[in-house]
Amino acid sequence: MSTTTLTHDEAHHHEAPKGWRRWLFSTNHKDIGTLYLLFALVMLFLGGASAMLIRLELFQPGIQLLDPDLYNNLVTNHALIMIFGGVMPAAAGLANWMIPMMIGAPDMALPRLNNLSFWILPAAATMLILSFVIPFFPGGGTQINTGWTIYPPLSLQVGMSMDFLIFAIHLLGISSVLASINIIVTLLNMRAPGMTLMKMPMFCWTWLVTAFLLILVIPVLAGGVTMLLFDRHFGTSFFDAAGGGDPVLFQHLFWFFGHPEVYILLLPSIGVLAHVIPAFARKPLFGYKSMVGAMLAVATIGMVVWAHHQYTVGMSLGAVTYFMIGTILISIPVGLMVFNFIATIWRGAMTFETPMLFAVGIVLMFTFGGLSGVMLAVVPADMQYHDSMFVVAHFHYVLMPGAVFGLFAGVFYWLPKWTGHMYDEKLGKLFFWTNVIGFNITFFPQHFLGLAGMPRRIVDYNMMFTEFNVVSSIGAMIFGLSHLLLLYIVIKTIRGGKKAESRAWEGAKGLEWELDSPPAFHTWTVAPQIK
Amino acid sequence: MSDRVTENHNNNRRTTLLLSGVVVLMFGFGFAMVPLYNLFCQITGTQSLSQRSTIGQVTPSTDGVDESRWVTVKFDATVNPNLPWDFNAVTHTMRVHPGQTYEVNFLARNRSHSTVTGQAIPSVAPWQATPYFSKLECFCFNKQTLTGTQETEMPLRFRVSTDLPKEINSVTLSYSFMRLKEGENKPADLPPLIAANPDN
Repeated sequence: MSTTTLTHDEAHHHEAPKGWRRWLFSTNHKDIGTLYLLFALVMLFLGGASAMLIRLELFQPGIQLLDPDLYNNLVTNHALIMIFGGVMPAAAGLANWMIPMMIGAPDMALPRLNNLSFWILPAAATMLILSFVIPFFPGGGTQINTGWTIYPPLSLQVGMSMDFLIFAIHLLGISSVLASINIIVTLLNMRAPGMTLMKMPMFCWTWLVTAFLLILVIPVLAGGVTMLLFDRHFGTSFFDAAGGGDPVLFQHLFWFFGHPEVYILLLPSIGVLAHVIPAFARKPLFGYKSMVGAMLAVATIGMVVWAHHQYTVGMSLGAVTYFMIGTILISIPVGLMVFNFIATIWRGAMTFETPMLFAVGIVLMFTFGGLSGVMLAVVPADMQYHDSMFVVAHFHYVLMPGAVFGLFAGVFYWLPKWTGHMYDEKLGKLFFWTNVIGFNITFFPQHFLGLAGMPRRIVDYNMMFTEFNVVSSIGAMIFGLSHLLLLYIVIKTIRGGKKAESRAWEGAKGLEWELDSPPAFHTWTVAPQIK
Repeated sequence: MSDRVTENHNNNRRTTLLLSGVVVLMFGFGFAMVPLYNLFCQITGTQSLSQRSTIGQVTPSTDGVDESRWVTVKFDATVNPNLPWDFNAVTHTMRVHPGQTYEVNFLARNRSHSTVTGQAIPSVAPWQATPYFSKLECFCFNKQTLTGTQETEMPLRFRVSTDLPKEINSVTLSYSFMRLKEGENKPADLPPLIAANPDN
């Protein structure tokens, strides 16, 4: 064990290594956090570009830009890039930066594993992009026209692109599982003396639950896509009806992962909210314990309600009733979280800097998405809404505010801490308003489209849907282009700006604000004492 | 300091191993789902097709024709890609009286130049109508063999029971034709409830 002690002590003697080695061989949680966030930013633009192409095609009825398979491939890519490339790495980036600083630990518990879990991502992204590029070449096979759910039997018939996608999913899964193990070990073993679990900052709690969800469900998805691979190449019939398999089994395996995944995307952002709202309302978080309890309840119930994504496959009445009641039950703990946030704001001395604007936006719009979720949970109603644009509107109202706006709030809230510079508040507010208005113009009309019967994942649509689609597409352009402003603000803040105090926000609480802005390369080498 | 580091190191190692165990276990759980899922569906009848075990207990009445009621019956024909056949319903949709027996034909053609055997698997939608849709004579009761490029008509005689619930006024019968390998009597490992039920 003496060698371990030595390397550990050695770490304090040198400063950041220079050049590309600093990044490629990094075991520093701050540098890896930065890498994660930059990767997520790149993916945000890739995923956004595919979404804008989709909306351009849907601007008018008829087929103008994209042939149907290419259109569906873009739908697939948009989802996978945003979920696995955008939101999850961005949340992992926040976790890497903030968790050690928040709990008074010198670094993540497993720094080399941390390096590995990040550097798998660029490889996975390359595989994912290749799966899109290959069909353009002769002999490249057909495009992945299945959507991100890659249901068989269609996914059994796609060309070699599907194999690239399957391996990309494997890699992305390995990356998140490793990151999750690292986060759990850090949170359980590396807290400063005196910091009990129930004194842990809320962001750490949300990530602890998220990480547990990840290690429980990602392996099941990995198993599912492995069976898919075997069906495609090794003559098995897990999902092929002709060989006695059952395609519906894949749906169960997929959504056993896919539904908890929704909470995996949501919870880290809820954690950010639990820091941003108290800071700008200048009141402590209302109901810390109930928040922890509610989150555990969401995670637990969330694990056993997956089949509400498949009401229409023909399950028995008993099964759909169970899944319906379970799903509706989730709205109780989620509602409790929202009420806690409202109670925190209540009679607070609020100011509306950009992070707070996003936070308030989340409370409003996420709740709206939650309500359309309750509509979709009801079986007879869902038989009508299933696979319509209403579903698209619903999950974008949940995921954009619930996940992405939370990440934006976190980035604006902690950017001064990371860079040592305040961002340009005017530009930040401009970004918030263009982003939120663009978002609502894009997705609100899709509720009406869905209720009127426009199906999702189809390149063309009936003339009667034209007006709302035009509005939605115009909104999408505003929404998509507004992210260039985000890019500009981030670059500008990194390069300079007003010097940030160590406590960059007057109302901010927590260990991370006791460190300099930007913090030293190694922080909390002597653990703080928590009273 | 060195004590704290060593202790941390051991703790980290233990937790990491434990969590890796969970990951391996969950990966196994995914595969365990394959047999468990079939078992679960058989026991609970969660899957509509397998539910025929419980459906068998319903004995729809066979006498009398309800002249006052019309039910639309639609026919759907699908061929699994492993079978080189064309297979289509001659009649796609028809209006029937419950209780009366009707006959329709399906057209099958072997596109290949060799003899191929297939088996049709029927299913009824909505699934609640399944017990009230009786096939009196059906090509799906037996395996079907077509020699190279042979074309044939496949007859179906059916009756919709007068007990068909009132709210159902349209029933779809869907056939999926699958290839049988030489010397097999049913498609490999079909869920036993489907393959064993003579009513299919």
